[in-house]
Amino acid sequence: MNLNATLFAQLVVFLILAWFTMTFVWPPIMKALDERAGKIADGLAAADKAKADLAHAEKMASDELRKARESAAEFRAGAERQVAQLIEDSRAEGARIVNAAREAAEAEAGAASQRAKEVLREHVAALAVAGAERILRKEINAQVHAELLTQLKSEL
Amino acid sequence: MATEHAPNASEYIVHHLTHLNSLGHKQAALVDWTVFHLDTLFWSVTLGLLAVLILARAASKATSGVPGRFQAAVEILVEMVESQSKSIVHGDRSFIAPLALTVFVWIFFMNAMDLLPVDLLPRLWEGAYAVTGHDPAHAYQRVVPTADLNATLGMSLGVFLLTIYYSIKIKGIGGWTHELFTAPFGSHPVLYPVNFAMQMIEFVAKTVSHGMRLFGNMYAGELIFMLIALMGAAWAGTFGSGLLWVGGVFAGTIWAIFHILIITLQAFIFMMLTLVYIGQAHESH
Repeated sequence: MNLNATLFAQLVVFLILAWFTMTFVWPPIMKALDERAGKIADGLAAADKAKADLAHAEKMASDELRKARESAAEFRAGAERQVAQLIEDSRAEGARIVNAAREAAEAEAGAASQRAKEVLREHVAALAVAGAERILRKEINAQVHAELLTQLKSEL
Repeated sequence: MATEHAPNASEYIVHHLTHLNSLGHKQAALVDWTVFHLDTLFWSVTLGLLAVLILARAASKATSGVPGRFQAAVEILVEMVESQSKSIVHGDRSFIAPLALTVFVWIFFMNAMDLLPVDLLPRLWEGAYAVTGHDPAHAYQRVVPTADLNATLGMSLGVFLLTIYYSIKIKGIGGWTHELFTAPFGSHPVLYPVNFAMQMIEFVAKTVSHGMRLFGNMYAGELIFMLIALMGAAWAGTFGSGLLWVGGVFAGTIWAIFHILIITLQAFIFMMLTLVYIGQAHESH
């Protein structure tokens, strides 16, 4: 445990080593550490941005989907309305045709019954005349009694 | 030594505690500024170069990409020193932080010499002496530079000079002189001598305790390794000496494992005190 000049030699070595570390060791390591910290920060920022982009894209996709769904619904509603209109139109057309047919049939039937009535009247008049002839055993002059017969016919 | 008697315990210890110096024999005076401890200089410079070259190797290959294990280990160390220095020293740390890193790694390496078998390098040195025709009894070699008071006080003196440098740099020569006379008790002419005396005592106490703490721990550790080695050397074929040998192995293992903590802790403490003392130079009282 003696003190001697080793002390000063050690002091000088100490300062030289510290200088060496300051010049050649510390700056490159700190530079690498700072650069890596920067890279990590950039990476995290990029990840955040990607996450935001993804959220944006998802929102856009869901918007598009909703829009498509809405327009499809609209389209279907339009088609349904059109179909309903068509059904309504054809139903009305059908009803109109049915009505027209019934009216025509009714008119036909009326005319036929009128004609039948006419024929019946004729027959009744002839029958009445024939009956009267038989009762009177005497021929009735048709021309003479035409007026009478016509009157009778119209009364039937 | 082969022809002579084996050294007794006292001779063994004294031989191990004697430095290889520029005189060739044990320094007589307590203080002699003409003498160098060649072993301390050799080992501290060698280990210092090893330390900074390992760090420089890591620094030259440092990339900002994914680090390898070696680079990551050095980076952990650098970040530890950086965060400690940042929390203690407020100001320009472009020299102080690298200084703290150097102190830590260098002292760790010097302390770690304690973990080598205590007789290994001295015995090789004695062998070299014998081969070259010198007397191996005078082949002195101490391999733990931090167990030499000159080395530790040299470093603490370096820290002391740096505190003065930073005190003047930060506060100016006038500001620092003013502080020397007005702190810690206050600015009053009656208190000037008291303040100045306190400041001087503080500087001496800080510097001496800084160097002495490391020296004391390493010196004591080395001494205990020697005592354990003596215990192991007691083997003489008897049952009792066999037990001592087993005890030597046991104690040597325990002490070496404990010493892993000591050498790291002492290196860390020296670094932290270096930062604290230089940090104090940055703060005004």
